[in-house]
Amino acid sequence: MAYTKRHDNRKMDETRPIEAKVGVIKRAHGSAYFKIGDTIAYAAVYGPRELHPKFMQNPERGILRVKYNMLPFSGQGDRVRPGPNRRSKEIALVTQHALEPVLNLEDFPNSVVDVLIEFPQTDAGSRCAGICAASMALADAGITMKDLVPSIGIGRVGKQMLVDLDYYEEAYEEESVADIPLAMIPTTEEFTLLQMDGDVTKEQLKEALILGKKACHNIKKVMTTAIKQKFQEGVKKK
Amino acid sequence: MSNNIAIFNDYLSKGIRFDGRRLDEIREVEVTTDVSKTAEGSAHVKIGDTEVMVGVKLGLGTPYPDTPNEGALMIGAEFSPLASPDFESGPPGIESIELSRVIDRGIRESKAIDNKKLCITKGEKVWMVLVDIVPLNDDGNLLDAAGLGTIAALKTTYFPEFDGVTVDYKKKTKNKLPLTKEPIPLTIYKIGDKLFVDPAIDEADYYDARLTVTSLEDGTICALQKGGIKPLTTEQIDEMVALALKKAPEFRKKIGGKK
Repeated sequence: MAYTKRHDNRKMDETRPIEAKVGVIKRAHGSAYFKIGDTIAYAAVYGPRELHPKFMQNPERGILRVKYNMLPFSGQGDRVRPGPNRRSKEIALVTQHALEPVLNLEDFPNSVVDVLIEFPQTDAGSRCAGICAASMALADAGITMKDLVPSIGIGRVGKQMLVDLDYYEEAYEEESVADIPLAMIPTTEEFTLLQMDGDVTKEQLKEALILGKKACHNIKKVMTTAIKQKFQEGVKKK
Repeated sequence: MSNNIAIFNDYLSKGIRFDGRRLDEIREVEVTTDVSKTAEGSAHVKIGDTEVMVGVKLGLGTPYPDTPNEGALMIGAEFSPLASPDFESGPPGIESIELSRVIDRGIRESKAIDNKKLCITKGEKVWMVLVDIVPLNDDGNLLDAAGLGTIAALKTTYFPEFDGVTVDYKKKTKNKLPLTKEPIPLTIYKIGDKLFVDPAIDEADYYDARLTVTSLEDGTICALQKGGIKPLTTEQIDEMVALALKKAPEFRKKIGGKK
């Protein structure tokens, strides 16, 4: 059966409900919570702080170090074995590459900025939720940056292009599925994350990028509102 | 450091702490359950600014040869560098190992889980109870927060659907995990002749000895763990246990136990 109506009644270009908040982890220099549908990401930022071992230091620019970790009880099936694996290492790498272009790391020579991303529950789209959370946490930590980096998964189920696939859609068996996670710098509309599982035509990819652009602009608004909210609350308290 | 200990002792001699609390005063405790949809049971515990999340997964496993008709419990804790600038990535450190083992012991030794009810086919297939503890923010006293969170999560754990071959984790049944007792750890800290509870992070290093007392609702003690480098006399142990039993109901009432 062709997938013409989404199982949760969303419009084809509609993301799941988003909740965003910064300053959720008190001991971190910056932190954020980003929930999209049933996928929840916490991100904490520590630094800039001195990098050890010393030989890894770069006197010209700071280093961004990312950890992506699904908590053992956050998977759709069996318990996930704790600790890094090939998947989490690769996602950490592409997350780092997604965030680095907006950061002024040359302001922090010899230092490291640590970004830790953890997921208590997931329903697909975790790397994108992680990038959103991390980007907000970096802003909350006061790391100088050119822009936020909203991120979203675009997908294809059968012939239909969709925004923000959940696990049900990603695992849809009756038609072929493609999944394209992407991240974008809104002010320049440049992409800093682009991956794909599955297959698409050249035209479908173009459509995916257009849908992604629109969704990223909207997500940035949610992220900005959340960051402003913390500081408005701070002003009210005083 | 020694200077700070002097200041801390000075505070304690006046009967207060850095944050103005009395020596036996626990910070505000909040327990939220069902915080992870992908877990079979979960809880989030806040004690002051300390936050810990606990998730329970139920998985199929083979029973141990010496207990062919019993399921098994496994408790792990991972101190992610997310929660503190002092935590580092890598294999579990000694603090997280001690924490999970003390909590494990309280549940195991009190026989809080009816392991026989976890048996599916004798000698072949049993349910494994897999508990993972994750601090989200370390502002001291992680062990007590984790212990309370573990019981809160186990108390709200439901079996997923199982047709005899595969588990459907998407569907939870109405069958609760057979938890018959609620062992809750509470740690008493001693510096000089003063006892205090629930240290915040800025007090966490200032103790000679600590004693974690895991107890049941009726006051039965089901696990103990002494920490710290100074020894304890019989009288001191008596005093610490008495204080732990007196304070335990404050934790217990947060998970719906009797006051």
